[in-house]
Amino acid sequence: MNDKKIRGDWLLLPMAGMAAVVVLWAISSKTWAPNLPTPWKTLQVSLPYLMQPFEKRGELDQGILRFTWYSLILVAKGYTVALLIGTPLGFVLGMSKMFAKTFDPIIQILRPVSPLAWLPLGLVLFQKSEPAALFTIALCSMWPTVLNTAVGVRAIPQDYLNVARVLNLSRTKTLLKILLPATLPYMFTGFRLSLGIAWLVIVAAEMLTGAPGVGGFLWQEYNSLIYEHIILCILTIGVVGFILDRLMGVVERRLQVAKA
Amino acid sequence: MAITITESESTMSALWEAPRITARSIEPDYVRMSSLPFVKLKHVSKSYGSGKQRREVLKDLDLEIHRGEFVAIVGYSGSGKTTLMSLLAGLIRPDTGSVTMDGREITGPSPERGLVFQNYSLLPWLSVFDNIALAVNQFFPDWSKEQRREHIEKYIAMVSLTPARHKRPHELSGGMRQRVSLARTLAMNPEMLLLDEPLSALDALTRATLQDEIEQIWERDRKTVLLITNDVDEGLLLADRVIPLSAGPGATLGPAVTVDLDRPRDRKSIQRDPHFKRLRNQVLDYLLGAGARQKPKRRENVAVITPRDEPSVSRRQSLVGN
Repeated sequence: MNDKKIRGDWLLLPMAGMAAVVVLWAISSKTWAPNLPTPWKTLQVSLPYLMQPFEKRGELDQGILRFTWYSLILVAKGYTVALLIGTPLGFVLGMSKMFAKTFDPIIQILRPVSPLAWLPLGLVLFQKSEPAALFTIALCSMWPTVLNTAVGVRAIPQDYLNVARVLNLSRTKTLLKILLPATLPYMFTGFRLSLGIAWLVIVAAEMLTGAPGVGGFLWQEYNSLIYEHIILCILTIGVVGFILDRLMGVVERRLQVAKA
Repeated sequence: MAITITESESTMSALWEAPRITARSIEPDYVRMSSLPFVKLKHVSKSYGSGKQRREVLKDLDLEIHRGEFVAIVGYSGSGKTTLMSLLAGLIRPDTGSVTMDGREITGPSPERGLVFQNYSLLPWLSVFDNIALAVNQFFPDWSKEQRREHIEKYIAMVSLTPARHKRPHELSGGMRQRVSLARTLAMNPEMLLLDEPLSALDALTRATLQDEIEQIWERDRKTVLLITNDVDEGLLLADRVIPLSAGPGATLGPAVTVDLDRPRDRKSIQRDPHFKRLRNQVLDYLLGAGARQKPKRRENVAVITPRDEPSVSRRQSLVGN
């Protein structure tokens, strides 16, 4: 690779990439995909939702950021449950070989199950849509946290544990002062991956339960044949996911320094 | 007066007594002790693994260290030096025999015995100050915050790291890290220092500097020190007694060599001292003779010195001596 460095390429190049995709999109909607709204039409139809992002005109007709906010709240709840269960589970899994041997196979089996498969079970268990959605988000997004925490605990150098022993640290202090900080960078990698999955799951969960939110809105607009809003929702989900990942990435990088 | 008599060296004790009196004219109370050894290992054996995998690391090992004494154990890599240290630190228990300090069996780690690890073992997420604070807060919980802070700062200053006290370990060089580790251990105010090859991961020049610092610190408060090293010169430069450890498996201690050289010892002149050379040969004779591996499969493990007729030129001498 011998690319020339252009001034402002950090902005110009991504803009060019986006423009290319928009052109491709415009051509597609004019030629082989007549049902696909053009970029211009999408923008026009989406404008009220973008310009008044927090407007509430009715239960099913709200500004896009208001819908996003509902989704984020739901994700936050499910994600919190995932971390609260996943982190201790990961710790136990990392510390006890017997526990790991006992539960690793079942974790490996449950891990690849799609949110679409869990949601009906959640509905059966909780009868209501919100707890079912939380159940699905928590269950699907938990695994990276569990597995990364376990890896982190197993990776703690014997030296640190010797320090704990030589300093006569109690079990609680060893956990808080040694095990937890030593595992934190790994845990956070797990947290970041989990958040990505939680955000993926939200759309599926809202579609199936009809909960208000960006995913619910998407499904509802599909049923109302307003395809422009589907694209609006897709872009919103993408941008929000990107921002969440970047935010977590910043924190993660700070912790990686401590690992060195 | 620190009297250090084991059978093997009682004949030599008269030799070193004179210089030591001058060097130790002012002695803290605890040095004036009974003739009982402070730390005693008796018939200690330790093996790892079981069945065919079983490997005897230490075999029937005896050692006596007196209060205020600086003892160095010199041996091959992999001969069980760290196992010996872990026994003294209380991290492991012997299979047979006993390890006692002040007449009491060592059953676990204790702040009375401060262990300095070969690989520093600093916590990377804590600053220099906080690494030491972890130990100080643990062992002096009744002190006021201010008292503790002063105590920590004192030991950071002792190893000349005050300008770096808020840095994290990864920002420090190897020598600086080992200084932090040393300060952390000294700040626990242990009665005995256990130095497990503390300098072996450092370059020769840093090594020399830290050797001098260790000697100065020891001169100041005369703690009992057990240094484990693979460098004969290091042992002779710092210790009152140097004891070779034979090559494993089933390592055991050879005859002790009493280092009757005046303190403070100057590393430059000492290298030319014929008596120093004699002492070095005594240690090497054992390590390369009776204490050597029966069938030396891996000669590169002989980290002591290159075997030659008169091993008078060491790596360090050529670097530091001119």
